[in-house]
Amino acid sequence: MRTLYDFPGGIHPPENKRQSSETPIRIANLPERLIIPLQQHIGAPARTRVSEGDRVLKGDVLGDTEGAFSVPVHAPTSGHIERIGPHAVPHPSGLDDWCVTLIPDGKDHWGACHPLPESDQQDPDRLLAHIHKAGIAGLGGAGFPTGIKLRPPETDSIRTVILNAAECEPYITADDRLIRDRAAEVVSGLQIVRRILNPEQCLIGIEDNKPDAIQALESAVDGTGIEVVVIPTRYPSGGEKQLIQVLTGEEVPHGGIPADIGVLCQNVGTAAAIHRAVYHGEPLIQRITTLTGDALCEPGNVETLIGTPIRHLLDSAGFDEARAGDVLMGGPMMGFSLPDLAMPVVKTTNCLLAGSPEELPPPPPPQPCIRCGYCADACPMELLPQQLFWFAQSGENDKAEQHNLFDCIECGACSWVCPSQIPLVQYYRSTKGEIREQREEQIRADRARERFEARQARLEREQAEKEAKRQARKEAAAKARQTPPASKAAPERSAAASETVAAPSEAPDIETLEKQLLKAQAKRNNMRNMLDDARKRGADNVDKLEKAVAKNDDRVDAAQKALEKARSGLTETGGATE
Amino acid sequence: MNRGRTSSPHQPGPNRTGRLMAWVMAAALPGLLAQTLFFGWGNLINTVFCIALSVGTEAAVLALRQRPVRFFLRDNTAALTGLLLGLSLPPLTPWWVSAIAVISAIVLAKQLYGGLGANPFNPAMVGYALVLVSFPVALTTRWVAPAGTEEAVLPGLIETLSIIFGGSTPVDAFTMATPLDVYKHGIAGALASQVTTHPTFGDGIARGWEWVNAGFLAGGLFLLWRRIISWHIPVSLLASLALMSLVFGWDPDRATPLSLHLVSGATMLGAFFIATDPVSAATSHRGKLIYGAGIGLLLYVIRTWGTYPDAIAFAVLLMNLSVPFIDHYTQPRTYGHRKARRVGTGGA
Repeated sequence: MRTLYDFPGGIHPPENKRQSSETPIRIANLPERLIIPLQQHIGAPARTRVSEGDRVLKGDVLGDTEGAFSVPVHAPTSGHIERIGPHAVPHPSGLDDWCVTLIPDGKDHWGACHPLPESDQQDPDRLLAHIHKAGIAGLGGAGFPTGIKLRPPETDSIRTVILNAAECEPYITADDRLIRDRAAEVVSGLQIVRRILNPEQCLIGIEDNKPDAIQALESAVDGTGIEVVVIPTRYPSGGEKQLIQVLTGEEVPHGGIPADIGVLCQNVGTAAAIHRAVYHGEPLIQRITTLTGDALCEPGNVETLIGTPIRHLLDSAGFDEARAGDVLMGGPMMGFSLPDLAMPVVKTTNCLLAGSPEELPPPPPPQPCIRCGYCADACPMELLPQQLFWFAQSGENDKAEQHNLFDCIECGACSWVCPSQIPLVQYYRSTKGEIREQREEQIRADRARERFEARQARLEREQAEKEAKRQARKEAAAKARQTPPASKAAPERSAAASETVAAPSEAPDIETLEKQLLKAQAKRNNMRNMLDDARKRGADNVDKLEKAVAKNDDRVDAAQKALEKARSGLTETGGATE
Repeated sequence: MNRGRTSSPHQPGPNRTGRLMAWVMAAALPGLLAQTLFFGWGNLINTVFCIALSVGTEAAVLALRQRPVRFFLRDNTAALTGLLLGLSLPPLTPWWVSAIAVISAIVLAKQLYGGLGANPFNPAMVGYALVLVSFPVALTTRWVAPAGTEEAVLPGLIETLSIIFGGSTPVDAFTMATPLDVYKHGIAGALASQVTTHPTFGDGIARGWEWVNAGFLAGGLFLLWRRIISWHIPVSLLASLALMSLVFGWDPDRATPLSLHLVSGATMLGAFFIATDPVSAATSHRGKLIYGAGIGLLLYVIRTWGTYPDAIAFAVLLMNLSVPFIDHYTQPRTYGHRKARRVGTGGA
């Protein structure tokens, strides 16, 4: 028996897993259209490889890598591309993103399907490239590109590979069900990871509330040297940092990644996807998603194509919209509520929770914080949530940062235990956002200041050079004056004259003057249009606009005159040189 | 439909401030029962009066501050403040003294600072300390002789009401100094064996008081068991009081013995119900240990070398003062950090 370690804090929210965990995985039927976002992972979006109207086969590349931090996106089924453009995507920001809309032809024809040849299956680099090409990103939540994650800074540095099967979040049973139905695939995927990283040990961490999955795993790992470690059920034991702590007793250093302590975590679903990519040549075009909540008549787990509209999936599980309150993507602790059910399933959609209003009640008005400290007792990161709240509320962002705000994993344990019902996580998120913005602002301001200072230095330098020249001339003139004492003022005047002559040569040349004129004309025309418009509408800013037009007329005249003058000057000097 | 407007987590946990405060009040009932059995109706009448006045005052100030009255009354904290004052004040305290204590607790110590959660001092103890220094006679001569004392009688309900609300002075047979008071002043010129012949001590450690303290201890253990309070403050408070008593007062012929410190006066009430007020206490576990130990230490110092025989209110208020300081130096080490980081000093 392996020694397990404890992590601080944690909570025991109602599990609510049985609703969806007791039926085998269903295959979701094909929707009328699939909306495939080009960015379903952390990093840069994929670049489209298809155009509207194109026919594609299942598994064809729709978007390909752009930059190192990106993963390709594939067609989940055969059909034609209806549209490429912005569409609502499931992201907490609620912003639209570029999506490919695919109308399935119903035939579900595979394009070229390339399993990795057996000869290459032992070669870590080939495996990595294959995994990357298959578009695999972490299916656990953050969606980190797997091909990058499996390539840690130093190849030998990973001593422990952990497969995260804890699934501590209430309601979600996608991993549980995947293990129960397809344990062999999961273990096979983990073995591929082991082949790439060659760690000392391979562990599967799973909470003790999934006895069937534990049994399935134990028989699947038999003889592989992989160890199934059963851990006590306590939220958030499935948090990467917490699971590492429970299994190894070590902590991921602040600001670091698990690889820094020789650990790498992978999600169960990701392992299965790796197996399918390597042995069957299937890119990541589908996933297991839990459909649950009181507003569904038939909760369960479905294997669904990426891009399936959420409403389609919910309807397939007997969605009763009249009974529904919020629909969440993810679980009740860390999920976010979807503003729009037309959004598609993405690679990180592990659960759709369609709750009744009683199940997911609207947040009650928060009461004042009484500093009871229950939040601090529940915090798995050993933060002081009540202090962070205080700083967040009073806008003391620097103090919040000093109290390690950025170590918060937003698990929601603090909010859950809060007797005053304060939405603590919301405060932390918004404060984090504010601080990030301030940092960027600071960087921008620093750059602007540097530019300004550089300019200032340049101007001063030029001024000094001019001064030096003037001084030199003065001295020269003084010398000249000493030799022929007859004419006194003339050399000085000539010096001044030479300066005024020198000035125009530094002044804008004809090209810039032309540009200025055009610009001035454009601006005046613009102003005139605005004035006409304002007159038509009878707006109250007609006076101002009239003045503005007059001013711009003057500017155009001035620019014209300057240009003419410069031109005539040019012809003069040109003539003179000839 | 109001989709997409809420932040995680989307399900509330089981805790509610109002419910927690109600549990704390319920846990104080065994102590109140013992008080009533041994010292008559006084504490019960005081408690009811203080709670009613406290809730009324809170409602009035909330209305003046244009805050939602019902919403804030639901947190039950005003009622708890009233209850604590009712339990702490001597049983025969005249109503107007109690009223001054309650009103200053709610208005001065709580609402003027911004209401619940914003008060740096324990409101009930502010009220108590204020009347203790302002009306020392009323607060020291209104303790009742415990039931079972031969030369004393327990005042009846009507008599108690007339003393509290009617302004009549209690007859000598009703009142008796508290054991801590008697011992402290008696031991200066006598031996322990002589001092303890005073009827207030009875056959045990302190007649009646020991049961009152046992009642509050039981309530406190219940709160610990329900995880409504954490063990840190009561344990460190009692431990430091005990340690001080063992070090400085080991000789019962010279100083109040440990047993009397622990089971008489307001020790258990203070340790489990007053010092644990979360708003005005330190926050981290280490901070709570220091905070509790500080109260225990001050409690001993004031009881032994100060003028007051009991000192829960002053000890708590003094430690309230040092909470920001304690919090500053007891920030726990966060996951993944090598050591705790202090505001202003940086560090990893």
